[in-house]
Amino acid sequence: MTHPASGLRVDQEKQTDVWSFLTYTWRLLARDKAGMAGLVMFLIVVISAVFAPLLSPHDPLKQNLRFAKHPPAWSEGGSIHHPLGTDNLGRDILSRIIYGTRVSLTVGFFGVLIASSLGIAIGLVAGYAGGTTDNVIMGGVNLVLALPYLVFVVFIAAILGSSLINVILIFGFTDIPIFVRITRGEVIKMRSSGFVESARAIGATDARIIFSHILPNLIGPIVTLATFEMSAMIFYEAGLGFLGLSVPPSIPSWGNMLASGRQYLVSYPWIATFPGLAIIFTGLGMNLLGDWLRDVLDPRMRRVKK
Amino acid sequence: MQRYILSRLIQSVFILFGVLLIVFFMLQLTGDPVSLMISRHATPEDVEALREELGFNRPVAVQFGSFIAGAVTGDFGKSLRHKQPAMDLILSRLPATIELAATALLLSLVLGIPLGLVAGSNPGSFWDLLSRGTGLLGQTIPNFWLALILVLVFSVHLGWFPTFGRDTWTVLGLTLPTRSVLLPAFSLSLFTMGQLVRFTRSAVMEIRSEDYVRTAYSKGIAHRKVYIRHILRNAAIPLISIVGVQFGYLLSGSIYIETIFSWPGLGNLLAESIGNRDFALVQAIAFFSSFVVVFLNLLTDIAYALADPRIRY
Amino acid sequence: MDKILEVTDLITRFHTFDGVVHALSGVSFHLYRGETLGVVGESGSGKSVTMMSLLHLLAAPPARIEGGRALYFGDNGPLDLLGLDTAGISRIRGGRMGFIFQDALSALNPVMTVGRQISETLVEHLGMTTARAWNRSVQLLDYVGIPEPGKRAAAYPHQFSGGMRQRAMIALAIACQPRVIIADEPTTALDVTVQAQIIDLVLRLKSEMNMSVIWITHDLGVVAGIADRVMVMYAGTVVETAPVDDLFYRPAHPYTIKLLGALPKIGQAGNYRLESIDGTPPDLLEKPSHCQFVWRCDHAGDRCWQDIPQNREISPGHQAACFFPFTDKGVR
Repeated sequence: MTHPASGLRVDQEKQTDVWSFLTYTWRLLARDKAGMAGLVMFLIVVISAVFAPLLSPHDPLKQNLRFAKHPPAWSEGGSIHHPLGTDNLGRDILSRIIYGTRVSLTVGFFGVLIASSLGIAIGLVAGYAGGTTDNVIMGGVNLVLALPYLVFVVFIAAILGSSLINVILIFGFTDIPIFVRITRGEVIKMRSSGFVESARAIGATDARIIFSHILPNLIGPIVTLATFEMSAMIFYEAGLGFLGLSVPPSIPSWGNMLASGRQYLVSYPWIATFPGLAIIFTGLGMNLLGDWLRDVLDPRMRRVKK
Repeated sequence: MQRYILSRLIQSVFILFGVLLIVFFMLQLTGDPVSLMISRHATPEDVEALREELGFNRPVAVQFGSFIAGAVTGDFGKSLRHKQPAMDLILSRLPATIELAATALLLSLVLGIPLGLVAGSNPGSFWDLLSRGTGLLGQTIPNFWLALILVLVFSVHLGWFPTFGRDTWTVLGLTLPTRSVLLPAFSLSLFTMGQLVRFTRSAVMEIRSEDYVRTAYSKGIAHRKVYIRHILRNAAIPLISIVGVQFGYLLSGSIYIETIFSWPGLGNLLAESIGNRDFALVQAIAFFSSFVVVFLNLLTDIAYALADPRIRY
Repeated sequence: MDKILEVTDLITRFHTFDGVVHALSGVSFHLYRGETLGVVGESGSGKSVTMMSLLHLLAAPPARIEGGRALYFGDNGPLDLLGLDTAGISRIRGGRMGFIFQDALSALNPVMTVGRQISETLVEHLGMTTARAWNRSVQLLDYVGIPEPGKRAAAYPHQFSGGMRQRAMIALAIACQPRVIIADEPTTALDVTVQAQIIDLVLRLKSEMNMSVIWITHDLGVVAGIADRVMVMYAGTVVETAPVDDLFYRPAHPYTIKLLGALPKIGQAGNYRLESIDGTPPDLLEKPSHCQFVWRCDHAGDRCWQDIPQNREISPGHQAACFFPFTDKGVR
């Protein structure tokens, strides 16, 4: 999908204004079918979250035991009234999946927001200050990255108790090191390239160097990383939910749906199947989008000869 | 070389000390560890008695000192639930987890690496498409969901595998796995398989266009030999680290799979102990898993250094 | 003199996402036995692509050889290199024609000892046993002037200095006593004194082993010192071929003249301004329909915008692809 020659163009056409950059990026995206598919899938999820009340056929919380355990519309005994069937308490599965995007995206978005903002700040300090400060920070980063992630996330979640805020905080904080590492790496690379020195030589202040030279160069790698990390958080949130350690059971989330569907797996398999497909759909979309972003925004990742 | 190993060893000890620190203070996160462990309906007297019994009324520094002193001898206290030393419980569950993780690693190596090789050598082919699909799905299919679906299809409907549990058979005093390990191992292996396929594919694609591969061809070496001696040999070196990291992930990441299949391993123990609010055991498991991961990383780095002549010390 | 190699109308194109790159649009040249042919031109002019096309060394896709003939006159009569199958070209590579690459650090396998990399080719072509091939590799390293060859054979490329690495690369290329050596800018990455040593080494080997050498470079100074004949390439075509003295004293193609003008000369007055060539080479994404140098040429006429000039004989052994070449009689 990424051809060495497609990389050439970006470097040659020096982007002068934002508009030409955007139109150019769009043309690249339109050419990459997988990236385009990823964007469309991601947008479907975002739209579902924003317009959940309009799109859902039913109230996701409304229980109706008379209609409980109805199969999806296309199988025997199903009705168009509940396209994906109902769960053990008679709640509409499609509506719950649509509302479930809200939990997933909220966790993913705010988790990445916390992780990236703190991670970038710490990474800038480490890369810029160097010396002991850098050593201490990187020591901490390497420590956290050496831990078995899942075990510790489960551990912390069990101690803090299940709530949306806690889940966001857990993912937000445990994910800081990854952003620190990439930021620091970029800063050090830029420092060694000499242009920080030359900016300083013409009298630029540290703040100016950071804001007008270093941060703009970080945007590509950070946006790419953020996409992948957001996808990973959505994945792990569902996992915590499956163990009953994420948001309270009253909130419709994909992990909670899977956890309750598991008990009815043999007789009513659709209850657990559809939330899983929703997780895969979202993950697939974001990964395709991330792969594409990496190719477009991050020239270093392209396979271009040194 | 010795100096490198020594410095990596010291680094690992530091990391393990950091892990102990984290594991200890995690319980203090809410302010009162005892309230985490006891039922909400317990009387204040019960709470006080437990506090006294577990030593939580001592100053934190003293508690930490005795925690560390115990930890270095492998003593993480007793499980409240099982009334047994935590470390004994862990060791009794370890064989099941190793069986599961090793099988999963084997599956992903046997399926993932050849697929990645074929795909990397034939970009744009059917195999390439299949490998990209595997890489993507491995990353996006939740293993807990996959496990449910596999049980539904292969155990419930087709009856090929047991739905849960671990069966073993013993030959000449050796405990050997049975087919009961296959479904959980396959579910667990999918992510690792995807990573291996992805990595092998891109490594082969990258190395194929290296100058030294062109040199090998320019010497008149036959295609197959260039692949084995030049491309695969060079791709194998970074593969060492991926395999090391992934084995650590498999050993510590089986909580969902072990729960779903009631597999009597560490992950299952972790889930149980969290359900029972048995936090001394949770602490011990968290430390033990970290220890395994840190140890594997150490071995991986040493293996890498041995395999790559470019690394100098 | 006998020819060892004769290439006619070689056309190589790269089929990329951005379109078809016309890398070579009809390259013709020949190589005599025992001579040194210098190939000069800017980067992207097709020097390396020409030589790699002959040995099928370009990655396909995107590269595709779409026309031409490349005859190799071996002991068993002429052989068209472009028509050979994988087994056939493998016998030529390393066995009949050795390749010396520019950057020996990236051109040698980093995780294989230098001795093994040389032995490998000996085993492949001469059917030697591993042990014999190893001994021969040590001899070869000694032959190209590497001290302590027995010890160095067991070392890895990164443990060599730049000059030593290039010597090892040369040992590798000559291991099976090929008839032709293609040296692709072998001295570019080296400092000047080492450069001179490497040049001396290749020339010594050439006369001792009776080989023909194709020396690709963008350094006209090197060419003046070593080549018997020179071929100048521009935008995927050969624009001028001449014996070395003719080229330097009676250049005919405007591009060659500009190239020579861009060369610093010893004994020139102190404030002499080095001439640079205005403009850039053409975009190879466009199929050539006229002289490719026309944009940068001071003497272009209407014809130059309409036709592609073919190589024409100007004096014996001297050809130029120009409608208005400079000759002794002035511009025609």
